[in-house]
Amino acid sequence: MIEAHGLTKRFSGRAVVEDVSFSCAPGTITGFLGPNGAGKTTTLLMLCGLSAPDAGHGVVLGGPYRDLPNPARRVGILLDAAAQHGGRRGREALAVSAQAMGVEVARVDGLLELVGLDRAAARKRVRQYSLGMRQRLGIAHALLGAPEVLILDEPANGLDPEGMRWMRGLLRYFADQGGTVLLSSHLLREVEATADRLVIIGEGRIAAQGTRAELLTGASTLARAPDQAALEAALRAAGLAVRAATDGGLLVDAEPDAVGRAALEGGVALSHLGPSESAGLEQLFFDLTAGTPEAGQ
Amino acid sequence: MSTAILQAPGRGGEPDRRPGLARLTQIELRKMTDTRSGFWLQFTVIGLTVALVVLVCAFGTDEDRTLRSLFSASVAPASFLLPVVGVLLVTSEWTQRTTLITFTLVPHRSRVVAAKLLAGVALSLAALVICLVLAVIGTAVSGSGAEDAWALPAELLGQTVVYLATGMAIGIGFGAVLLASAPAIVLYFLLPILWSGLGAIPALEDAARWLDPSRSLSVMTDHVMSATEWARAGTTLALWMVLPVLVGLWRIRRSELR
Repeated sequence: MIEAHGLTKRFSGRAVVEDVSFSCAPGTITGFLGPNGAGKTTTLLMLCGLSAPDAGHGVVLGGPYRDLPNPARRVGILLDAAAQHGGRRGREALAVSAQAMGVEVARVDGLLELVGLDRAAARKRVRQYSLGMRQRLGIAHALLGAPEVLILDEPANGLDPEGMRWMRGLLRYFADQGGTVLLSSHLLREVEATADRLVIIGEGRIAAQGTRAELLTGASTLARAPDQAALEAALRAAGLAVRAATDGGLLVDAEPDAVGRAALEGGVALSHLGPSESAGLEQLFFDLTAGTPEAGQ
Repeated sequence: MSTAILQAPGRGGEPDRRPGLARLTQIELRKMTDTRSGFWLQFTVIGLTVALVVLVCAFGTDEDRTLRSLFSASVAPASFLLPVVGVLLVTSEWTQRTTLITFTLVPHRSRVVAAKLLAGVALSLAALVICLVLAVIGTAVSGSGAEDAWALPAELLGQTVVYLATGMAIGIGFGAVLLASAPAIVLYFLLPILWSGLGAIPALEDAARWLDPSRSLSVMTDHVMSATEWARAGTTLALWMVLPVLVGLWRIRRSELR
């Protein structure tokens, strides 16, 4: 269980996080989505007691994080995979934390195997790791204390497509066992494929939150045609609101059958017609976090 | 994927028990030596100590080859380099950004600082034992003809531990105030030299006797100290050790991580 209550953070007068509230329930994966610099990391730092909020408070498992006696045994955290001592060997990095948590060292080898770091990799110094390997080491580190809550900041960064799929499976399994997962990402597709609930943040404020279906209610229809200009003219002639989808095609604020009829009347051949789904979510993400070019890559 | 490890929370003891200061101290000792730079720094201290003892045994006079003088010589590398270990013990957490891990495992940061100070004391004791063993071996092997070859006042041993441990704590304090390796190490070596320079001004001569580490602290390894000398050492330590540690603690507790 994770709750953010009106979390606010100002750096030299400028609010980087403002009145951010959301909650994550056991058994679910919450995707914390926003462009780079939207305030995701700052929010997670406040939840983990590493940064003091200027207003509001975070709750992890019923109280402030810093009140947990041995936090790592209940909350697994990966804030930055690069934040490991480069001169320490991979296995030692886990072993020293295991000792601090009071976890038997046997878990270290089990987790190295789980995240796919073999013996040779475990013996290497972290400096020699690729970002993907550091990310895997960080995930093993987060799981070391057998926690019930996971807080992961951009865990997919640096993972290859196979690695991303592997991590999705891992998080799904963790949540299905009753675990609570909060993961941040600036990649819409990544979060969309993983999360049950989305919390979208832009410029420090919550722009929208809910399940995918909730966010898409009243969503639009995606239509494509070989002659897109003709289609757009036909739809406008029928009095429908039209805008260009980010990856080609047109988004129309109407049901598919109305769009199909308008196309027929205009004499335009369609190559695609259907509810917009992810195109709609992507549009939503763009609208909500407008002005940040790297959004939704 | 073998997911059994996710289900089997290897909870030996009570998972919610706060890790004790003894365990945190062990962790800090481990962190001093399990990195490449940490290992070589410790290795260098021991290597230099051995070399120094061997050199004195080979080329020293009978008076140099007594236990007391060998011991005094053997402490030099440790007293010079352990403060650097102390600085790095704090600053490497910031330069390597491992604070994100350290302070999520132990949210109460003052406990981490306390563990680092205790680890510094433990390492100083270990250094003292190594120096003493080397000095004993050196004395036995070189067979000094001096009358008091084996004399070593117990007070001098105690003073040496204090000297090494406070030196390390001064390093930890400098590291904690600056939270950056290079400036902390440079200032650790430079400030006392500048200070000594000031002490050469006749008007400041009196103050220097109480506040200059090169005068009031270095006597610790030289001879059994008088009460006045202890008072001077204490005053100096309040300025050079206690103050930086307190300021550093304040800074670490309220520093924002990112």
